[in-house]
Amino acid sequence: MNPVMAESPAWVRVALIPFLQLVLALAISSLVVLIIGEDPIHAFQVMIRGATNTDFGGISNTLYYATNFIFTGLAVAVAFHAGLFNIGGEGQVYVAGLAVALLCLALDSTLNAWFMAPLIIIGTALFGAIWGAVPGYLQARRGSHIVVTTIMFNYIAMAFMSYMLVEYISKLGGNSTDSRYWNAEAVIPKMHEISSSFPYSLLNPTILLALGVSAAVWVLIWRTRLGFAIRTVGSNPEAAKYAGIDAGRIIIITMAISGALAGMMAVNEVYAAQSRLILNFPNGAGFMGIAVALMGRNHPVGIVFAALLFGAMNQGGTELQFEIPSISPQVVLVIQALVVFFTGALDQLLRGPIENWFQRRAIARSQQAAAQG
Amino acid sequence: MEMFDQLFSLLGATIRMATPLIFAAMAGIFSERSGIIDISLEGKMLMSAFAAAVVSYETGSPIFGLGAALFISMMLSLLHGYASITQKGNQTISGLAVNFLASGLTVTLGHAWYSQGGLTPALKNEQRFTAIDLPGAEWMGENIPVLGSFYERVLSGHNILVYLAFVAAAVSFWVLFRSRFGLRLRATGEEPNAVDSAGISVAWVRYRAILIAGSLAGFAGAYLSIAQNASFIREMTSGRGYIALAAVIFGKWHPRGALLACLLFGFLQALETRMQNVELPLVGELPTQLFSAIPYIITVVLLAGFIGKAIAPKAIGRPYVKER
Repeated sequence: MNPVMAESPAWVRVALIPFLQLVLALAISSLVVLIIGEDPIHAFQVMIRGATNTDFGGISNTLYYATNFIFTGLAVAVAFHAGLFNIGGEGQVYVAGLAVALLCLALDSTLNAWFMAPLIIIGTALFGAIWGAVPGYLQARRGSHIVVTTIMFNYIAMAFMSYMLVEYISKLGGNSTDSRYWNAEAVIPKMHEISSSFPYSLLNPTILLALGVSAAVWVLIWRTRLGFAIRTVGSNPEAAKYAGIDAGRIIIITMAISGALAGMMAVNEVYAAQSRLILNFPNGAGFMGIAVALMGRNHPVGIVFAALLFGAMNQGGTELQFEIPSISPQVVLVIQALVVFFTGALDQLLRGPIENWFQRRAIARSQQAAAQG
Repeated sequence: MEMFDQLFSLLGATIRMATPLIFAAMAGIFSERSGIIDISLEGKMLMSAFAAAVVSYETGSPIFGLGAALFISMMLSLLHGYASITQKGNQTISGLAVNFLASGLTVTLGHAWYSQGGLTPALKNEQRFTAIDLPGAEWMGENIPVLGSFYERVLSGHNILVYLAFVAAAVSFWVLFRSRFGLRLRATGEEPNAVDSAGISVAWVRYRAILIAGSLAGFAGAYLSIAQNASFIREMTSGRGYIALAAVIFGKWHPRGALLACLLFGFLQALETRMQNVELPLVGELPTQLFSAIPYIITVVLLAGFIGKAIAPKAIGRPYVKER
């Protein structure tokens, strides 16, 4: 009788278990809603309606938030593949916002959207890449830990951006904490401006960029030499060394890519949706990327779905405050935290027993088959 | 004399700013010396600041408020411990989850209970820890030059938690470096295998370490909401947990070094508010944002080994798996 190399089926690993982890997170969040004396079922109904309605822009805004989370989720995932935990998405997005501001303030009266958009994409990716590559360099060549360095870089970015905004950018014609609006000619239109069949929302064509970038990340990680090097460094740095891979170089490149992905969120937020630079605009989206990547199991397809889910939660959360004023939209943060717990730190809590059960069943079946055959 | 008065009131403010950092940094040292990364200092402080404000307001007693802060912070520690010790999960992810949870819960509960957008109602003086004037402070400040002013402005006039922070630092040093428990705790963070072979439970040492860390972080949180301020404010920790973490690294995981780092960072914070619109010779007006960024910048520089070298406990971040 052959020993069975049993692995639980793929749908269990990538769909069933994350789903159950989400259910567990939602169940515990419901307790919080119960504590503040509201009906969790009603709250979820309001959230789902708020996130999926077509007449008041619910679904469009869900997609708009999802666009942000795809970028930040991919950023975390690419770094994860190299065994790096990039907590610095928040800072990388923030600094990338500066690229949008500089380009628009300089050129928005001379270039139209067709010329402007590519420049903005390159600019945000570049600024994000720099803010990611420096911690990467410090980890690879100076031995400082990426987690601590990226946290510190988030706060350095906050101080730096608040200085730039308050001292310079706002003085060129905005309020005290934000820039002026970009010239409409230079900005890509939102969906409802392109076609009146879309309801009013902040959704704009950047979502296509996000989907394209997701596909590119898939190709990069699983179909290129660099992607192979990244995964090798992530799974076994020693083996990478013997395979002739310069792990340090790969770490720096990976962090630059990761930062560039995070930075492109500024295309959606600062360039297209808000059309101006606002103080603290990332507003936690960089951190949300961690939950998105964990839930999406670091795969672009999973990340797109997880981003949609968190986009829906964000949009549902903002609707919540109109229907049930006593529930703060910040309740979404509680759900996010619990998702991070159950899909990240406590992953084995559900995964262990469920995968075991499927493995045992597979082994029992094959033994049965062997006995009969 | 005017110059000394200003200098001493700056030093007094330094001590008040450093207090929450000192508590939190000691918490970080206990946790990290036992091998558990403590990103969750920020969340524990935030949640305990909220608990302290709510309970002080509802019961009218700051002692109960402090108790609630310690309790809730230790609960979060246990959650972090369960994920990272018992379940052997990723400690960074678990710590981040605690921080997200604290951000979400404080605003959600505060908004639902007091409908002030996450703020808690203002506390009366008897509901918080207020400044204590040491005996004869005012008299000495008026009659004894320099030393009297130092006594009045630097040593006197702080609330009880400020003095406790310095006691906590001293006790932390004693426990970690002079007691048997401390020796075991440090060994657990360096060579858990050796600790295990000596018949001591690695998990139990780590659980005790993070419970101590939880209680210390609770003091830090309570200080923010019911001593330094008079209510809970949304995100009122504003990165102090991470600055404390920076102080731990800066102090090379040693209470004395961390204490000095906290005082330095506290000094920068005290300076920040005093440097607005002040023209300095040669450089002109310094941006206030620079002061808030300096702790982070020097931590990055230090970690990168450009000045000295900060070496973390050897087994930090690695769940202990018994060898078969």
